[in-house]
This record gives sequence, structure tokens and C-alpha cells, in this order.
Amino acid sequence: MAATGRHPAHIGMLCSLVPAIFIGILSASGFSGPARAEQAEELFKPCATCHEIGAGAKHRVGPHLDGLFGRKAGSLEDFRYSESMRAAGEAGLVWDAEALDQYLERPRDFIKGNRMSFRGMPDEDGRRALISWLETATRQAPAADPVAEQVSTSGPVSGFADIVLQMEGDPEYGEYLAGECVTCHQASGHADGIPSIVGLPKDYFVISLFEYATNVRSNDVMKLRVANLSNEEIAALAAYFSSLEPQ
Amino acid sequence: MTGLTRRQFGIFTGASAAALTLPTYLRAQDKPRVVVIGGGAGGATVARYIAKDSDGAINVTLIDDSEMFTTCFFSNLYVGGFRSFESITHSYDTLQSSYGITKVTGRATGVDRAAKTVTMADGSTIPYDRLVVSPGIDLIWDSVEGYSEELSQTAPHAWKAGEQTKILKAGVDAIENGQQILMVAPPNPYRCPPGPYERASMMAHVLKSKGLTDAKIIILDPKDKFSKQGVFQEGWEKYYPGMIEWYGPDVHGGIESIDVKAGTVETGLDTFKGAFMNVIPAQKAGAIAAAAGLTNDSGFCPIDPTSMRSTMDEAIFVIGDACIAGDMPKSGFSANSQAKVAAMNVRADLVGSKVFPAKFANTCWSLIETDDSIKVGAQYAPGDGKIASTQGFISQMNEEDALRKANFEESVGWYAGITADMFG
Repeated sequence: MAATGRHPAHIGMLCSLVPAIFIGILSASGFSGPARAEQAEELFKPCATCHEIGAGAKHRVGPHLDGLFGRKAGSLEDFRYSESMRAAGEAGLVWDAEALDQYLERPRDFIKGNRMSFRGMPDEDGRRALISWLETATRQAPAADPVAEQVSTSGPVSGFADIVLQMEGDPEYGEYLAGECVTCHQASGHADGIPSIVGLPKDYFVISLFEYATNVRSNDVMKLRVANLSNEEIAALAAYFSSLEPQ
Repeated sequence: MTGLTRRQFGIFTGASAAALTLPTYLRAQDKPRVVVIGGGAGGATVARYIAKDSDGAINVTLIDDSEMFTTCFFSNLYVGGFRSFESITHSYDTLQSSYGITKVTGRATGVDRAAKTVTMADGSTIPYDRLVVSPGIDLIWDSVEGYSEELSQTAPHAWKAGEQTKILKAGVDAIENGQQILMVAPPNPYRCPPGPYERASMMAHVLKSKGLTDAKIIILDPKDKFSKQGVFQEGWEKYYPGMIEWYGPDVHGGIESIDVKAGTVETGLDTFKGAFMNVIPAQKAGAIAAAAGLTNDSGFCPIDPTSMRSTMDEAIFVIGDACIAGDMPKSGFSANSQAKVAAMNVRADLVGSKVFPAKFANTCWSLIETDDSIKVGAQYAPGDGKIASTQGFISQMNEEDALRKANFEESVGWYAGITADMFG
């Protein structure tokens, strides 16, 4: 696991490197028991599969969180929210510490029909620590247009990923190949210990797979699956999963 | 005119002629029919994928003799107290309500391959255009001398989940300090290769949690080695020192017979005595596979590795534990993977959908102790006339605690994933 930087500017970069497997641990265990302030950044890791934060943060499965406090719910124009999240904003929901506390305790009860696949955080101390950390970390505005900006491909996998990203994936082939993925990654977008991959943007999907192949992310199952996929197949899977919306 | 069938007669009538111009999927009686025997990891998955991907163009009937399905995978975690029985038991409701699958609760006893009908225990018949046979395993009771189906009420096999699993858990929970559990492990090939050894770990976990560290589990194995052996034995030494003893044929000299009443196992070199016995006999394909003439001398069903089609009958596919899947182990994961290849080929046969090259995968996680799970996995593809392994991995000794804990969380995620993939 990469060491976690204190400066918010580092966080966006780290988000995309957090191995999915560790995210699994945290989201499933829910952190019962008293959580200390220094654990707050650790608490954010499950969130980081889907939400980026800090300079250059972009939308992933979930919207980026920069400038979250004081923002109307469901109000970033360039993110595809659920109807219920937009409606909650229209009805006057503005994100502050209190609203986040209620939302994060039981997301699906607080805004019925919203798509965030997170069961909730029953531990009050943990929520308080996370929210107070978020308040500082989300203060920085995004550095650029979150949609227009491409994912940086200057890392170790850039060459491979670029080749695949230039290919036209066949979503029908992707749907067949996805049969292998959805044995673990639920097709509904729900996550119970294995992260959701439904609706992942193509570039994020492709780069993640190459990160497994090159041990930037570490997981035997994923490494094996990727080793058995051709570039055409990765492009097909990326085309298929990016076309889906979580239920 | 007496030679006319009803359908031929229909051609001569105006109203029915109009009906014939309807798209195929609107004429329910003309829709191709798929019957699936067995509602487990193979059968439920293949039924769901055919129904889902054909958008109602194919009638799917799923036959299983249970109303609710208890998964064999994770049943050891129920024995260990890590899962409730309810959490490993699933209904077929969503397959019926959301996928339009017809669930028939009953036992299929025969297949008339010429007439293309399945015969049920109550004498009724169900016609098919394509049949998928996924009955799992049946136990060969007399493979362990002295054992029988009746005696499994006292000395459970628990190799098919359900009531047997509850009997096993009750037996383990009743063990007192100083007592021994005897496990008779099965010979190859059998369902879930690491299963007996994960089970021994879960038994030891239960005993140790109650402070019964002078109780023991003795595994008498007809095999001279087993799946993930090194990593299992390392874990047993670490967590359950002196509590699990494994003996292969070089030590016991061969399992000769058991006496369930006396609680003894006679082997070539010794007699073992226990307060409770878990007897896992040799296995064969579920009875319907042999009744339908789909098995060979091995007791399992040969298939075409590119499609999962039976080599005995073009209109029949065999998946899961009942088939001969080459290098793939008999596991729920394997059955689920084979189901998708079969579903694609069934749809291609009946509605002309596209066929992509067959690909298969398996991963098996085994829990040794709280937050310590090990795994083995591989990818497979048709090759050398069988389903051949292309690449694999296995947990290593001396791995970090964090990795083993991550494996466990991953297995919990997989369970949620595969059961959603099976039952909707």
C-alpha cells in the first residue's frame, strides 16, 4: 500500500492507485469501534474507488468531491446523477457536515433510489472523523474541467493503455466476456467486498487493468484475468462496462 | 383430412394464418423451449443467462427438487459460525418474476432423447428443444464399506448442502474436550477439492473458540496429497497446533470399512475411533445424467470443450460437477463459468445469436481461521480435446496477514456476486 500523503494535492493521484482489494476490506468491515482522527484519511479509501478529490480530480463512478461543502446535492452539470439525487438537491439539500453525517450513516435510506453503492457507516465517531477530514480536503477547487481532461497516461502502463484506448471495443463481445467479471463484480453495481466496475469510464477501466498486469495494483485473481485478455478483449470490456449504469 | 395435425390445419384457416405472420417471440407455443435440470451454480446461471439474453424469445424451464437452494460453497463457513444458514440459502423467486423462467419443483427421473422430453417423478413429461443437465454430484454410498444413505443421518457427508449441513454443524457443536471427530475424505474426482480441508479448519475453529483445544479432528484420506496442502498445513500449525491430524494411505494403509454405531474406521494399519464422523464418499454425476445415457465409464459426462455440448447428444449440454471438464475443478465457480459458455451456444442453436470463443475461469477461496483465507485460481480454454488450464496461481506460505484478510473480504464479495449472478 502506498504511503498516504497529507497534502490534498496528492490525494487525487493516490486514489487511482489504491488497490481495489484494500478498498474491499474497508467497505466490508465498516470500521466499528472508535475511530481516531488520524484514521480519517484511511476511512476515505473505500470512497476513493469512485470519488476523486484534490487538484485535477475528475468524475469517476461517482462525482469528484472538490468544493463539496455548501454545494447543492446533484448539482454538478457534467455528472450523470440519479433522478433521486437531483431531486434531493432541487428540494433544497445542500451538503454540510450534518447532511453528510445522515447520508453516510445509511445512504440508501437518506436518499431513496440514489446510486451510491455503499452500505453506510454505522460508526458515529468514524463518520465525524471522516467528515471533518473531508471538510479540509474538499476545499480546493478542481484544477481543470473534469470531463474534458484526459487521465494522465504518463505512468508505467501508458504505452499499453494508449493502444487499447485507441481501439474501438465491441460491446457485444464485451457483454459475453463480462460474464467472467460479474461472477464477482455485481452487474447491478452493488458492492459487497469487491468494488463495482459498472459505469467505469473507459480510460479508468483500461488503465486499471494494465495496473493489475504490471503489479501497480496487486491482486492475483485480477492479474490472472488480465493476463488472459487480448487488447481487443480489454477494449470490448471497457466499451461494455462504460455503457452501463448502476441500478 | 384425418392425417392433418392441428398445426397443418391452422394453415387453412384465415385467423390462424394471420397469427403465423407474427414474430416468433409473440407466438408463445412456437417459442423454442429450453429445459434445465438442476438449480445450482450451473443450472440457475444457465437458465438466467438464456432468459436474460434472449429477451423472452426462448421459453426457459428450470427443474429442481427444492423450493430453496442452499449453496455448498460457504456451507463450511456456516459450520464454522461465520455465516447463518439463511445467508447461504436462496429462493428462485426473482428468476421467475424478473426473468420469466418457469420453475418446476420436482425430481427429473428420465430423459426420452428421441422424443426430446424430460420425465418427472410424478410421471409428467416436459418437452424441450435443448436440454441443459446440471444435476451436480451423487454419492457412491458403497464406496466406503459400512456407510449408507440411512447412516448419513448420524454420520453426515454434508457434501450436498441443506439438512446434511445442519446435522454436521450440530455434531461439531456437541463435541467435548478430549473427543475426536473422524473425517473420511473422498477420492478424486470430487466436488470442491479444498472443501474437506477448509471444513477441518472450520471444525477446529469452533472447538478452539470454546477452549476445547484437547479435542481433535482426524482426517483419513484415500489420497496421498490434497489441494493447497502446504498452505493448509501451515495454517493448521499456526492456529490449531495438535488439533488437526491428516493421514494419507502411506500412514493408515488404506480405508477398509467404517462402523458408524461404534464410531470406528478400520484401516489397513490401524483402527481409528471418534465421537462423531463426517464421511465423504466417492462421487459420480447426479443420477439423471446416467439415466439419460450421458455418462461414460467414469460416471461423469463427456462434453465438447468448445461448447459444453454432450458428446452423446447434440441437443443436450452438461455443465458443472456432472461433466468431465478437463483441468477445471468441480466447483460452483467452474459451473457458473461453464454455464455462460453453454448459454451462448444454446441461444446460437435456437435463435441464431453470435458465438464467441469459449473461455473459462475458476477461483476457490478457503477460510482457515478468522481473516485468513487462501485461494487458488486458473484460466481455461479448449485445447487438446479438453478444457485445458492456460495459467494459474495459488496462495503461498508465509504471506502477509493483510493479504489473507483481503482474500477473505474478496471471498465474501465473490459470494454476493456469484449468488446474484445465479439467482438475479
